[in-house]
Amino acid sequence: MVPQLPLRQIYVASSLWKKNLAAAGPQKFTQEFIDKQVEEFEVGKRHLANMMGEDPETFTQEDIDRSIAYLFPSGLFEKRARPVMKHPEEIFPKQTAIQWDAEGRPFHFLFYTGKQSYYSLLHDVYEKILYMRLIQLMELLLSMPYCSLEEEFILKFRKQLEVQSSKYEIPALQYDPQGVAFSVADGRRKSAKASITLRDSGSGNITINGRNYLHYFPVLQNREQLMFPLLFVGMMGRFDIEGSVEGSGHSAQAGALRLAISRALLSFVSEGEVEKMRQAGLLTADPRIRERKKPGQEGARKKFTWKKR
Amino acid sequence: MAAGVLTGVRQVLRGPRLVSAVFSCHGQTFSSAAAAPDTGETKILNFPLTQPDYFRLSELFTLKDLFEARVHLGHKKGCRHRLMEPYLFGSRLDTDIIDLEQTAEHLQRALNFTAHVAYRGGIILFVSRRRQFGHLIETTARECGEYAHTRYWKGGLLTNASIQYSPGVRLPDLILFFSTLNNVFQQHVGIRDAAKMNIPTVGIVDSNCNPSLITYPVPGNDDTPVAMEMYCRLFKMTINRAKDKRRQMELLKGISASV
Repeated sequence: MVPQLPLRQIYVASSLWKKNLAAAGPQKFTQEFIDKQVEEFEVGKRHLANMMGEDPETFTQEDIDRSIAYLFPSGLFEKRARPVMKHPEEIFPKQTAIQWDAEGRPFHFLFYTGKQSYYSLLHDVYEKILYMRLIQLMELLLSMPYCSLEEEFILKFRKQLEVQSSKYEIPALQYDPQGVAFSVADGRRKSAKASITLRDSGSGNITINGRNYLHYFPVLQNREQLMFPLLFVGMMGRFDIEGSVEGSGHSAQAGALRLAISRALLSFVSEGEVEKMRQAGLLTADPRIRERKKPGQEGARKKFTWKKR
Repeated sequence: MAAGVLTGVRQVLRGPRLVSAVFSCHGQTFSSAAAAPDTGETKILNFPLTQPDYFRLSELFTLKDLFEARVHLGHKKGCRHRLMEPYLFGSRLDTDIIDLEQTAEHLQRALNFTAHVAYRGGIILFVSRRRQFGHLIETTARECGEYAHTRYWKGGLLTNASIQYSPGVRLPDLILFFSTLNNVFQQHVGIRDAAKMNIPTVGIVDSNCNPSLITYPVPGNDDTPVAMEMYCRLFKMTINRAKDKRRQMELLKGISASV
């Protein structure tokens, strides 16, 4: 009699024979499957059109949606759970195109790095960096002793950049068809932007945003701000001011207008006067802006109540 | 000339093994190595194997060119790798000098192998981790129509290819290492991975590198720009020659088949 070999039951965890669904990634469909689905969709579209009594040739997606909603009325609230008939391209997820040709050779020369588009970008940028390196080397060459040997060769490649001055230019004096001289200037304060036209007509009217300055600025301080440049130069009743201003509050608008008036005045005034105006602070734009609120505090400076314990 | 060198180990190196090496290549059959007994096709594939230097690559470089490109200059005596001693003449003022006659032999074999791989439509991957020459190597690869990898080498690129890329990817049939060390002066991971995946490698080994796992080592300098430009030029010329030859042969076959 054949001796029975001792039987041993082997226990294996179920995780070993279960399919690892997470590692598989999104479900992949073959190209033939998708083509078959597209065919079936086209055929089904024609059947649907015949059913509804419409022309199969001119049956659009909206007609399909309407027909399905009519034939299969659904009371479900979730729109995605309702019956839907759409082109397979919209339903099945897009597959990434195959990156190589029929023989298996990849299209992109950096395919084997893994990140082909990123590294090809770096490759293209490298050529620009080479240019900057060349400029550095040329300047280094000029800084060495005995640079005079090659200096003229290198200086051939140097170009003089035009110096851009940050000085404010005096606005040009323009003339009306009537022969009246006027100048235009802008000014800013906080977030208020103002634009002024100064006319040499001989009256002392001031119009802002279409209204008289008395109506626009009820507060005396703001009107004084408007008058100050003219008072300083001594040409109070000579000019006609027409201004437009927007943004911020009344005080900032007045400040913006003042700056604009001073700038416009530059074209009517002599050099010495310009210097005096600058020293009076009429031509400097006020740099003060609203300070930000900090965390852990009530406002910009105000702190929360301090408790000893 | 080889009198001063530690000889004897040279015999360990392979003899002319071009024929066997080409056939024991990466074992994937594609349309070029077709199983169908088409006499024209097999003739195209086998004819170059009948001659030792079918692509006439010995014309591309001379010993003098190698010397002028400073290929014979190695690293300092302290950096020397034990396994590189057979390839060195010795040291002069502490710098190791590589034997250019051996280099010329090895380079000839390596270029011949590359040419045959390119002739059969194989994928060639240029690898180097030197930042100085990365751009040069990528440009060379692009001009040949082959592939380059001069960036950080991710772990499973060759060994885990079906997951790193897509399932049906084709791996390179030859990997050219223009510098076998990575930026931390350790051997490039690609050499070991290529050996695991049965992919033949050609590598420029300097006097501080380990030539053991490389199929066709070429002892030479990998630090000077002149030397690197020369290598790039040589490999580009071989690959272009091989591909042109292949196109010629296909045309001839097309003409003779139609006639």
